[in-house]
Amino acid sequence: MPSLEEISKSVHDLLTTALPPVMALLTGFLIAGLLVIGLFTVLGLVLVFMERKVSAYMQIRVGPNRVGFKGTAQTLADTLKLVLKEGLTPSGSDKFLFNLAPFLVLITSMLLMAPIPFARNFQMWDLNIGVLYITAISSISVIGILMAGWSSNNKYSLLGAMRSGAQIVSYELSAGMAILTVVVLSGSLKISDIILSQQNGWWIFKGHIPVIISFVIFIIAVTAETNRAPFDMAEAESELTAGFHTEYSGMKFALFFLAEYVNIFIVCAIGAVLFLGGWMPFHIGSWGAFNRVMDYIPSSVWFMSKTFFLIFVIMWFRWTFPRLRIDQLLNLEWKYLLPISLFNLLLVTLVAIMGWYF
Amino acid sequence: MNFQYSGMPNVQSPSDYLPILIQFFVAAGFVVLVMAATHLLGPKRKSKIKLETFECGIESRDNARIPISIKYFLVAILFVLFDVEVIFMYPWAVNFKELGITGILEMLVFMVLLLTGFFYIIRKGALKWA
Repeated sequence: MPSLEEISKSVHDLLTTALPPVMALLTGFLIAGLLVIGLFTVLGLVLVFMERKVSAYMQIRVGPNRVGFKGTAQTLADTLKLVLKEGLTPSGSDKFLFNLAPFLVLITSMLLMAPIPFARNFQMWDLNIGVLYITAISSISVIGILMAGWSSNNKYSLLGAMRSGAQIVSYELSAGMAILTVVVLSGSLKISDIILSQQNGWWIFKGHIPVIISFVIFIIAVTAETNRAPFDMAEAESELTAGFHTEYSGMKFALFFLAEYVNIFIVCAIGAVLFLGGWMPFHIGSWGAFNRVMDYIPSSVWFMSKTFFLIFVIMWFRWTFPRLRIDQLLNLEWKYLLPISLFNLLLVTLVAIMGWYF
Repeated sequence: MNFQYSGMPNVQSPSDYLPILIQFFVAAGFVVLVMAATHLLGPKRKSKIKLETFECGIESRDNARIPISIKYFLVAILFVLFDVEVIFMYPWAVNFKELGITGILEMLVFMVLLLTGFFYIIRKGALKWA
């Protein structure tokens, strides 16, 4: 079976021989863009289905099992239904901002797809400040959420958006710090360099306790950043109806929903890249035979299984912890996570200077 | 500032950011397509009551843009301060090996100054929600 790297290389060669250079470049970009859209929709469908199945089994029920083979077409049917629904814009709303908000949220999460390495040498855009780019772009989505909440002219929406804004910007700090610990250890902001630095062991194993601490902080922070339970203050369906997207209906709502699930995928992919070695196979020191068997598994499978494992963990959280109140949530971040991650960063610097990692 | 890994000569020019521009337009095109499709396919039966904002089944009252707790604003201000700090740490985190102990001490001074302000804010009760 050809690897994704070989396929992309042969497509690239085909384009460069058949077309003039500028056209080849543009066609390449266009193909990449279309692939991202395809991946986007597939991810949305798969993740929503996975969420429903995971929550079903955690509550000892079966979940969707009628449409398609064992319910797999359920989300497709739901999407079809949503496309055929009326998209309302409430009369009291700010119509321009109301319709702009889904654009902003979805474009942000699509831009975040660019630097994600799906397999060995299979990355749309490997820029030298990849990690900084991810932190920078991911903070734009909060503007979309605030925009949606404010423009709806609905009390629930505004409350949800305000909470969500405060929450996302707060947890961005400790997420940024947790990312920085890996940057300190690998000495680069480039995603491919970070992955290559984990060739002889993933950072979570190599970096001792400080990296484990920052991994835990990272997972907590991204759970909050993607508005997932137990931090789903923005939606909090039992008190705020649907939070910032109460007024959105039909496909406009679906776009928010899609962006939310793709964001979960993206943050888990970043977590897998930084802490779990991205597409690097699992190796144990000098076990030659074991390592060779691990090398046989394609790199894309490694990447996807790590990412989906983290996604499963985040879904697991949802049915394990009760929702926090907004002041508890901000206390957790500002009084505990932020100081801990600051000191943890210093600790990691010490570890890196002293060379205490393997 | 040196963002490159071990001095590799891969300085990027603005044209290297072209993929992101194209990605932006592809994404925008996708959203426009979806919005147009749902606009064409979906029914359009609008009535005054249907276009009202939702409010627990009662008639919606007053403007929703009510004053919001000042704490949210305070959190936003705090975020701006601390985010700038995190941004300062990025170039340092890449280069701290070359900067050595001096760099660490300077960072320590920076963090101590910040944490002093941080404890002042906590003591002032910025995060106390009555």
